[in-house]
Amino acid sequence: MKQIDIVIIGGGPAGLAAAIAAHDAGVERILVLERDRELGGILNQCIHNGFGLQTFQEELTGPEYAQRYVDMVRERGIPCMLNTMVLDISPEKVVTAMNRKEGIFDVQAKAVVLAMGCRERSRGALNTPGFRPAGVYSAGTAQRLVNMEGYLPGRQVVILGSGDIGLIMARRMTLEGAKVQCVAEIMPYSGGLKRNIVQCLEDFGIPLLLSHTVVEIHGRERVTGVTIAEVDDSLHPVPGTEVFYPCDTLLLSVGLLPENELSRDLGVEISNVTGGPAVNEALETSVPGVFAAGNVLHVHDLVDYVSQEAAEAGRSAAAYVKQGTQGHRQEIPVSLSGGVRYTVPARIRPEAVQKELVIRFRVGSVMKNRFVSVYLDEERVIHRKRPVMAPGEMEQVRLKAEMLAGHPGLKRIAVCIEEA
Amino acid sequence: MYDVVIIGGGVIGCAVARFLSAYEGRVCLVEREEDVCCGTSKANSGLIHAGFDAPAGSLMAHYNVRGSQMMPELAKELDIPFRRNGALVLCFEEAGRKTLDRLYENGQKNAVEGLEILTPEQVYALEPNVEQGVLAALYAPTAGIVCPFLMTIAFAENAAVNGVEFRLGTQVNGVTPLPGGGWTVQTRSGVLKTRSVVNAAGLYADLFHNMVSAKKLHITPRRGDYCLLDHTAKSLVERTIFQVPGKQGKGILVTPTIHENILLGPTAVAIDDREGTNTTAAGLEELLAKAGSTVRNIPTRQVITSFAGLRASEDGREFVIGEVEDAPGFYDCAGIESPGLSSAPAIGESLSADIARRLGLALKTDWVRQRKGILDPKKLSREERNELIRKQPAYGQVICRCEGVSEGEILDAIHRPLGARNFDAVKRRVRTGMGRCQAGFCSPRVIEILARELGVGMEEITKTGGNSRFIVGTAKDRYQGGIADEAD
Repeated sequence: MKQIDIVIIGGGPAGLAAAIAAHDAGVERILVLERDRELGGILNQCIHNGFGLQTFQEELTGPEYAQRYVDMVRERGIPCMLNTMVLDISPEKVVTAMNRKEGIFDVQAKAVVLAMGCRERSRGALNTPGFRPAGVYSAGTAQRLVNMEGYLPGRQVVILGSGDIGLIMARRMTLEGAKVQCVAEIMPYSGGLKRNIVQCLEDFGIPLLLSHTVVEIHGRERVTGVTIAEVDDSLHPVPGTEVFYPCDTLLLSVGLLPENELSRDLGVEISNVTGGPAVNEALETSVPGVFAAGNVLHVHDLVDYVSQEAAEAGRSAAAYVKQGTQGHRQEIPVSLSGGVRYTVPARIRPEAVQKELVIRFRVGSVMKNRFVSVYLDEERVIHRKRPVMAPGEMEQVRLKAEMLAGHPGLKRIAVCIEEA
Repeated sequence: MYDVVIIGGGVIGCAVARFLSAYEGRVCLVEREEDVCCGTSKANSGLIHAGFDAPAGSLMAHYNVRGSQMMPELAKELDIPFRRNGALVLCFEEAGRKTLDRLYENGQKNAVEGLEILTPEQVYALEPNVEQGVLAALYAPTAGIVCPFLMTIAFAENAAVNGVEFRLGTQVNGVTPLPGGGWTVQTRSGVLKTRSVVNAAGLYADLFHNMVSAKKLHITPRRGDYCLLDHTAKSLVERTIFQVPGKQGKGILVTPTIHENILLGPTAVAIDDREGTNTTAAGLEELLAKAGSTVRNIPTRQVITSFAGLRASEDGREFVIGEVEDAPGFYDCAGIESPGLSSAPAIGESLSADIARRLGLALKTDWVRQRKGILDPKKLSREERNELIRKQPAYGQVICRCEGVSEGEILDAIHRPLGARNFDAVKRRVRTGMGRCQAGFCSPRVIEILARELGVGMEEITKTGGNSRFIVGTAKDRYQGGIADEAD
């Protein structure tokens, strides 16, 4: 069996950044396994710009951002297998995969980085009533068809959900000559980035209907229209508010779900909130030597954060290969309050933090003029004002190693949102 | 001149075709849609009922019990998945005990084997997720589950291999008697002359019957909404869980499917529209509530799709099968609602024998009884699978991640007898897009493969025939070079 130090599952932005960082930390035998026919993952279909402001201080398109990482991987000579589907990861870290050339094969890894990304919630998950015609697409599928395959999936479009891909596709479809009638969002706020609402909807005069949802899909063969209704505070449609929108296409941008089928089969503990593995400060899952980063861990808003996080996972995997496990003994669970939905990491070993630790999280509702605070036992070590926080945007705080060092025998780490 | 024209490519029409294909004679099956299994046969509970439910002495009881007996051997012959998972009818109220006893006795009269009335302890030992408060249950160990698509498709393929002509995408508009015996069947693409007609038109069977007979039938479409749960929910129940039945049918059931999903449904709403396969908010709400009243901890967040099917319910609430009295040579298979799927093999067997006798058709000496299904590489050993991939690398390329379907299986689905011509036809054969992402990832790839293999543009590929195109045009600045595989 082929022996590899670190096997990375997925050659998207997370997998590539993890591979580069692990290589730069001195691990030679790395293998990236990618199921698609090229590296770069979903970035390849994100042909709009706005990527890389943090990482490269430039505005790049998705494929350009991906290419920089692909180049770095190639410069380092890190092997990547394409069109290769991972079928199983055993607790002993035997990774079983399959492709056309080798058939089914095993690789023995010392450490594994999970970087499989996420998938889109489907119409089925929403249980939207009506017929099941052609013309109902998840926004990302439509994005692939338009941007990578060069086909137009429809001409008269309604978009359900104001996630970022839906907003981006509202603009894209408009630029391709389609008429986007509206974006309906069941929540009273958008799940997407503010800049996307401005640049993709407002600049094109596309209405955003907050607190609205699609209550019926019409058309037997191809979509002929959708009925949209207002929803009340408990998100139930309000009778009498139904409006019929004729259209041939319904795009869904109703949430992303980390793809953790492999992780679950491996026995990795999965968070109910994020749908991704519960990890410690090294981004190590409940299975020692198995790390996770990117959208498989929790859904990100910016790819730059994916790259940063994945580099951290790559370095942790490299350290694991060199030093072995540091154990899970003194992990302190991060406690949450004031509307913090989750944190990554969910558990911290204080003595393992070098220099600083980035704690990423999301809030559950739109909040204005609040403070993000971090407590170590009873001491508030971070207290930072945030004028606006929204569920669509990821938040982060940086916990310094010296803060932790000042608390020997630490029992409690808490991340809180506090009133001004 | 045909000997037999079968109207309708649902499970009944295809079963009749398959058994008729054992006899000499020219047989043609005419189907409106581009594929078989596009109506009631594609949207039902996928059950092979044990047969305790249908009234003793009824055609439903007769064909159901016989169909169930035929299934194990038939599943082997046709290479389709079938499993006797057993069924439980749960009683939560004192008043229901009588119904259970009546069902038990009825089942005895129908000669259903192995029926037992269970105590609550026995029920919870078998099915720990059954809701609290069960008083008793009827247990039917011979109840089974099957894939309704594969069953219908297998009948059809086997019939086609044995010489039955399939005219797909061909709507029948009328049937009229020929002077001196026989029939003309008027289709959208021409007239067929035949000695006899089998009316297996499902929701439209009354229309065809009424064209030839003074004794009228009346079919009401009864809609049933269903929800399907992901494989991750598969441990919820092992057996099919019924409630004590009511007037409108067998109630909302919770059952594993043969492909290890969990299926909830159906509701039962009489409607006017024979094409009204739209789910409704009220229906979905009702079925989730009722399913939740018999089984606890249903993970409704793992619903991956919902759909509705229409049962073709005749006013007599009984199958109408056989030669029409005042229309010699015209055979009905009408009013085929539940247990229609379970009965299909027996209806096919018995009706084909009647017709053959009547027309004097002899048994073929070279009838191919066996059908080989689409190769499922997941059932092979690793060595066998690697050998297969060496010979046909397409089996090493996963297209549908959720269901683990390779390109090789898709190619098989397209190029076999009565091969798939559209996206849903591929889906019904190999399960691409049936999983948790509901074709989000695989649909562009499957469309591409269909276009390549059928030698047409991607714009021509439909979801399910007709006007159900996926793509309406090209993007403005389309790159024409295609996407090359990167060297690896």
